Amino acid sequence: MNRHFALEQDTRGIAWLTFDKADSSTNVLSGEVLEGLDQVLVQIAQMHPKGLVIRSGKANGFIAGADVKAFAKVPSAASAEQHIQRVHEIFHRLEALAFPTVAAIDGFCLGGGLELALACDYRVCCNDSATRLGFPEVKLGIFPGYGGTVRSTRLLGDLSALPLMLGGHTVSGRSARRMGLVDLAVPRRQLRSAAVDLIEQRRPPRRAAWYRRLPALAPLRPLVSRVLATQVAKKVRREHYPAPFELLAHWRATAGDESAMYASEAHNVGRLINDATAQNLIRVFMLRDRLKSQGNKADFTPRHVHVIGGGVMGGDIAAWCALRGLRVTLQDRTPGDLTRALQRAHGLFRKKLKDPYAVQAAIDRLMPDHRASGVPNADVVIEAIFEDIEAKQALYAQIEPRMHPDAVLATNTSSIPLEVLSKGLARPGRLVGLHFFNPVAKMPLVEIVHDEHSEASMVARAAAFARHIDKLPLKVRSSPGFLVNRVLMPYLLEAVELVEEGVPAAVIDRAAVRFGMPMGPIELADTVGLDICLSVAEKMSAALDNPVPQRLRVLVDAGDLGRKSGRGFYPWKDGHVVKPTDTAGSALADDDISDRLVLRLINESVACLREGVVEDQDLLDAGVIFGTGFAPFRGGPMHYVHSRGSRELQQRLDELESRFGEHFHADSGWGAVA
Amino acid sequence: MKHTGLDQGHGRLRGRPVYVVDGTRTPFLKARGKPGPFPASDLAVAAGRALLMRLKLHPDALDQVVLGCVSSGPDEANIARVVALRLGCSEQTPAWTVQRNCASGMQALESAALDIAGGRSELVLAGGVESMSHHPVMLNQVMVAWLGAWSQARSLGARGRALMQLRARHFKPIIALLRGLTDPVNGLSMGQTAEELAERFAIDRTAMDTYAARSHRRLAAAYDAGFMDEIEPLYASDGTVYEHDDGLRPDSSPEILAKLRPVFDRPIGQVTAGNSAQVTDGAATLVLASAEAVARHDLPVLGRIVDSQWAGLDPAQMGLGPVHALAPLMQRHALDTEAIDVWEINEAFAAQVLACCSAWQSTEYCQRELGLQDAFAPIDQARLNVDGGGISLGHPVGASGARITLHALKVMARTAARTGMASLCIGGGQGGALLLERSDEGDSL
Repeated sequence: MNRHFALEQDTRGIAWLTFDKADSSTNVLSGEVLEGLDQVLVQIAQMHPKGLVIRSGKANGFIAGADVKAFAKVPSAASAEQHIQRVHEIFHRLEALAFPTVAAIDGFCLGGGLELALACDYRVCCNDSATRLGFPEVKLGIFPGYGGTVRSTRLLGDLSALPLMLGGHTVSGRSARRMGLVDLAVPRRQLRSAAVDLIEQRRPPRRAAWYRRLPALAPLRPLVSRVLATQVAKKVRREHYPAPFELLAHWRATAGDESAMYASEAHNVGRLINDATAQNLIRVFMLRDRLKSQGNKADFTPRHVHVIGGGVMGGDIAAWCALRGLRVTLQDRTPGDLTRALQRAHGLFRKKLKDPYAVQAAIDRLMPDHRASGVPNADVVIEAIFEDIEAKQALYAQIEPRMHPDAVLATNTSSIPLEVLSKGLARPGRLVGLHFFNPVAKMPLVEIVHDEHSEASMVARAAAFARHIDKLPLKVRSSPGFLVNRVLMPYLLEAVELVEEGVPAAVIDRAAVRFGMPMGPIELADTVGLDICLSVAEKMSAALDNPVPQRLRVLVDAGDLGRKSGRGFYPWKDGHVVKPTDTAGSALADDDISDRLVLRLINESVACLREGVVEDQDLLDAGVIFGTGFAPFRGGPMHYVHSRGSRELQQRLDELESRFGEHFHADSGWGAVA
Repeated sequence: MKHTGLDQGHGRLRGRPVYVVDGTRTPFLKARGKPGPFPASDLAVAAGRALLMRLKLHPDALDQVVLGCVSSGPDEANIARVVALRLGCSEQTPAWTVQRNCASGMQALESAALDIAGGRSELVLAGGVESMSHHPVMLNQVMVAWLGAWSQARSLGARGRALMQLRARHFKPIIALLRGLTDPVNGLSMGQTAEELAERFAIDRTAMDTYAARSHRRLAAAYDAGFMDEIEPLYASDGTVYEHDDGLRPDSSPEILAKLRPVFDRPIGQVTAGNSAQVTDGAATLVLASAEAVARHDLPVLGRIVDSQWAGLDPAQMGLGPVHALAPLMQRHALDTEAIDVWEINEAFAAQVLACCSAWQSTEYCQRELGLQDAFAPIDQARLNVDGGGISLGHPVGASGARITLHALKVMARTAARTGMASLCIGGGQGGALLLERSDEGDSL
């Protein structure tokens, strides 16, 4: 018997195979696991059981998918293709077993895990909210390769299966049952009985009805794939994210011939894994893990968070913490100052949780607290009031004596250095920054701000706290703008500068989106609010020698603040930007524009590394990707530097400096980058 | 541990001293003809969680939760348990709901006090809650019978015949709130029992309206003076916050009140909506503790519950219940009227409070009905319901007993008083009272 699987046979003669990956908190299909599975399948075949149930020994889910970390080390497309062909063999062995097989799914069942489940005759899953099934492969720049494209189309029909694989989203147990991905979705208490029932009933395994396979007929395939490609193109650009388009090409070429389809899967997925896009996306996947490892949940178990400041940031932080299961008190001066935040919070709970009992519990966990009763009870106190040094210091003077000695005191300031704020504290080293990004519910990153006076235990606690609320902690040294705002600001200011030079805003944004940014800088500035941009820019310009473009001041003085006022750089209507359709008439090429934007960001990144704002290049890339949405398929700004060549980029900076001025002067840290 | 004066030894709470640590209540929100913004459990959770937070008590520290409630919503069976779990008490924390009509909240306090005095509990969250605007509207028996028949009717013809039998009377709803305020034995509405007392003690309309206006005036003054800090705001999901009792009319006067028509006995009656308690939603929660629990959790102390008394009387005279409950307490502790510094007698009706005062000082009443030799000295109106009551702030039936106890203790603390009485009349012909004491040392025990 091998170390990842446990096999037992019950009195009915049913074999129960429990997958419990050794030395891992999560079940993933590593090479060793797959070979182990192969051995165990051989053994089971010889036992001639009445049936086989495959289940997970982990509490968190069934199988999370293939071993993504191993993908990062694939030496060549050919070796990846071989690996996939080997997995095809193993899953064929499972599929060919002479007795009924069931996958009993509790929790997540993703990617390769779902493909394994599809190689069983039946699938049963829990109908609770933790159970999610899906094919996230396209998010890693590939498509399902362990037979998923063959078996899912066979089971569901092409028009159900393809969107599932193209979108990369997950579905609940109930929707999986509805679309036919599983045979039964049952309460957890009945998962075993349902699996036994499926074996004993011996119904013919489910297959898509004949008419659901019609789109796979050769004459229809070109049309179907063109329609689906058009839908995908509305969401992603082919040159950035080729995987879904490659999946359609693969299907179009081979659907209808299963053996050709398996061969094409192995060949194409093997090829895609080796491409830069997939490798960069896999890198982002691993950077996420790296950030997670910055906080150790075992360091600290916060139960109660006290948030001060019922504005958008404070209110949303409080709501998020309550959503993630913590007890929260939210303080502001009067009850009337808290109503808006509570209304938003209750809306968030209803949207995210749906189950009315869960919504009720979240509402009960979030207590409005204008009397500040929560302060002595809290494990973490987060100050999120307006950016005023004296007001913050006065507040700390009131709350510090009332706080539990082990509690973390944190500020959400985005612009005031810790050493200024901690003046006057009895224990200055307990103040750390917990810098959340707006909107809190969407942005995964939290900057954990510290300086040389910070108590190490408080920094560790703050990072652990971020993990407990499912955010990605990034430790940054206290300096103006920390990391994310600091690198973002020159990028935004350069965009404004381009506007001043007469480049249409829509042209600038188009160039940035072409580079791979989720939103152009001008639209971003309008969305954030030009007054906020101006205030942050002014605070940082003194420290960082970034002149603030006149245009920004003019607009703010005129009351054109962006989306919230209905007009900024763009006109806005009902919260939607109105971009002029005619974007001709720029003297600059798109590449020049995007280089000017991105190189300012990168040059500032290099400066941050030189100053030690973050520990290393990978953390910088992680912070910029998860904090700004920087083109993930490019692997982060520093990774981009290396893929384009740091020497070449420095030359480009020199050239831009001679053309556009000294704000392109290469930072002295470039020498250390290579 | 010192508490001078009153002795628990020979009363109903024989045993260990019972301390009231602190309490909070929600604003009382007037029912406005449709379900209000909060079901009952929301109200009790809002009051309870703010109280526990302020006391730095984790809900797990509680031994049990006891709540009084006359009628909770259909999703709130044993509402105390619902509230306990929603507050974050552990699943192992027992909780039970008590019902003694208008004194349910006081019953909860007494039940908790008995357990503490008897050594069965150390720390209890107790109080009362009522969402009168959420009291159910029910189908009548004719309709229920018809629905039974309908569910049996299988064929199209049978269903058609059943439909043909539906009449307007099937749709006449039963409004539980009104039924609850009607005596089930003699059929008198609570307002009619107040009319009985008005006739018996010759209390005229002017006296009632003057009393009612005083209630509003006193509550308004208490708000102005900042005395109402026992209230925790209520927040609705739609962004509304309720910070005050919304039935208060600071500009009320006997002249304005005189314009209202009688609602219970028309046309001759004198009891109007203006001189009766308001139908409201609200909750009041208190933490009760033994001396050991006070020390272990480093808790403040508001006062002590010394003794309790329940009494029964003619349901048609239910408004005099307080007199019947108070008298034995006074006798047991050898107290005269003057010895009580603070009186809270729940204002169900102006006529009823005034009738209690009359009976209290009537030799005839005290001799014949209470078997006493003499009447009591009159209750000083300056010590009675000093910050208003049910008429100005409302009477959410299950909550009022807890509210008046909490408020009596708050007034005692504010005026450095020693003794207090909290008492209510109870629909169905009962009275209830708690004897309270506060030591000069205040929260140092």
